[in-house]
Amino acid sequence: MAGAGGGGCPAGGNDLQWCFSQVKGAVDEDVAEADIISTVEFNYSGDLLATGDKGGRVVIFQREQENKSRPHSRGEYNVYSTFQSHEPEFDYLKSLEIEEKINKIRWLPQQNAAHFLLSTNDKTIKLWKISERDKRAEGYNLKDEDGRLRDPFRITALRVPKLKPMDLMVEASPRRIFANAHTYHINSISVNSDHETYLSADDLRINLWHLEITDRSFNIVDIKPVNMEELTEVITAAEFHPHQCNVFVYSSSKGTVRLCDMRSSALCDRHSKFFEEPEDPSSRSFFSEIISSISDVKFSHSGRYMMTRDYLSVKVWDLNMESRPVETHQVHEYLRSKLCSLYENDCIFDKFECCWSGSDSAIMTGSYNNFFRMFDRNTRRDVTLEASRENSKPRASLKPRKVCTGGKRKKDEISVDSLDFNKKILHTAWHPAENIIAVAATNNLYIFQDKVN
Amino acid sequence: MMLSKGLKRKREEEQEKETLAADAWWLDPSLPAAAQAPPAAASSSLFDLSVLKLHHSLRQGEPDLRHLVLVVNTLRRIQASMAPEPTLPPVPSPPAAPCVADSLLASSDAALSASMASLLEDLSHIEGLSQAPQPLVDEGPPGRPTGGSPASLGALDLLGPATGCLLDDELEGLFEDIDTSMYDSELWAPVSEGLKPGPEDGPGKEEALELDEAELDYLLDVLVGTQALERPPGPGR
Repeated sequence: MAGAGGGGCPAGGNDLQWCFSQVKGAVDEDVAEADIISTVEFNYSGDLLATGDKGGRVVIFQREQENKSRPHSRGEYNVYSTFQSHEPEFDYLKSLEIEEKINKIRWLPQQNAAHFLLSTNDKTIKLWKISERDKRAEGYNLKDEDGRLRDPFRITALRVPKLKPMDLMVEASPRRIFANAHTYHINSISVNSDHETYLSADDLRINLWHLEITDRSFNIVDIKPVNMEELTEVITAAEFHPHQCNVFVYSSSKGTVRLCDMRSSALCDRHSKFFEEPEDPSSRSFFSEIISSISDVKFSHSGRYMMTRDYLSVKVWDLNMESRPVETHQVHEYLRSKLCSLYENDCIFDKFECCWSGSDSAIMTGSYNNFFRMFDRNTRRDVTLEASRENSKPRASLKPRKVCTGGKRKKDEISVDSLDFNKKILHTAWHPAENIIAVAATNNLYIFQDKVN
Repeated sequence: MMLSKGLKRKREEEQEKETLAADAWWLDPSLPAAAQAPPAAASSSLFDLSVLKLHHSLRQGEPDLRHLVLVVNTLRRIQASMAPEPTLPPVPSPPAAPCVADSLLASSDAALSASMASLLEDLSHIEGLSQAPQPLVDEGPPGRPTGGSPASLGALDLLGPATGCLLDDELEGLFEDIDTSMYDSELWAPVSEGLKPGPEDGPGKEEALELDEAELDYLLDVLVGTQALERPPGPGR
């Protein structure tokens, strides 16, 4: 594998140069609602890349082996498996449709030849097994090659079936269905480092499951007030610590994160740590709470830090310091003066995700106009890039973009008022070891790689 | 929100210019209010917008709880800001402005609280109705096993106060044909406090009544007499 390392190449002080690699998805101007990508996730090795969409489908891409005759293309991702994970359901009691949209996909660590992933919609989590079949048995005794049963009385001799190679077939089958445990909408699932349990979180509760057991789960967090009139806060995201199997965090709509230790009590309504940055009084507005609402929380690979995404910024927290983050990166500060309009058109409620690079030296998150932002924590440099068909020539370098906030607009800059707020990049993923990123732009999946020197 | 294309809007630019004034006011509290757009006007348009959002959210079959909670909290902030504050130094503002704010508050507060309360109550009733039965779990495992206590079935609590839930009106109709004359008897009313309906009381939880012997006899006579009246005419009964 080439080029594994940090987000900033130290040699010669060069910043990472990102290049277009591939784009998946239809080119049509008219986007079908069902094709909108709703989650993106690399597996533990980075060889597999899964996407889920609003239509309940999962598409898995596999990285091709490196081709020695084409050293510049470092392994392309091609479709490996496609399957319908969730179907639209009808809740007869409430007379409501349950959306089939895939909210999250999380891979399980690979333990044998097959691959396993968890996918969830608003109500139900499913464990899928993806396995390959490249051989088939020929020469059965009881059925002929067409599959028709042979008359046993006509069989005069026995033969041993032989395994013959066949075209690779990838099968996805649902192995477990974890249902009926969430009254509210599931926003997160997270696999525990023990590889045996996982958590699922909805607006008000977090449940702990054993991967083998589907008919019961344990409620470990419940913030539902006795009187629903007193509801002022909901759970927005939750994640297990990458190494400590008893520790998890959950974020709230009020901009707080609670770290819980399952050893301290069975019911984790009382947190072990409480992370909240005091509000800056000079920037207080009616929308302060909404923009402080955390849309994503992710532990660093090292387990020492965690990152939170709120509407305008990304914050890195040291787990040992609850009073304030150690880093704050502005994603699109130029939107602060537009909050009223963004409230009006509901964009202020958009939930952006964020992710760490494999070495934790860089972080990435999305924005509007198909822009996404990367922050190098070592060099303290940041860059705005765009996922667009225009910049989609093979191995073309991505040009940094700049948003003009006022005054004279320079060439190649785009003014805030020209931003397309319908082109949002909510979901991004970073390869666990290499500088390969996957960016979901509505119904298209862009894959970018760093330039091979 | 619709996913229509090409929304580089001129309309939004105009709106932004309007609302920028409101935003600027919020970002700069040090400037005297008189120099800016009247706070009540800016807040009231935001207030109306928020109420609109709240109603839109409530109309959804299954409201997005996060969206709902954030809008409600924002609405509360706006409401709080629109209430006249005694601590503010007197500012020569047009007399119309505070009246507008007051009347908005007066007319909307009760209605808003009621609708928010009933909506949030409804959500909890709906949860109670739809709670799927969960199997029992082993002792010892961490956390609470789900499916233990049943959700509060306030909707079905006949003795509870009216909570504005969906089923209340229908409950009356269900029991119309039952003769409650026995319970309407004056004998019951003054004696006990334990009969006073309250949400915590289950139907079977009344305290023991203090009746003396004479009253008991009378009561029994009434009961027997009523039964005699109700006995359907027929042979051999």
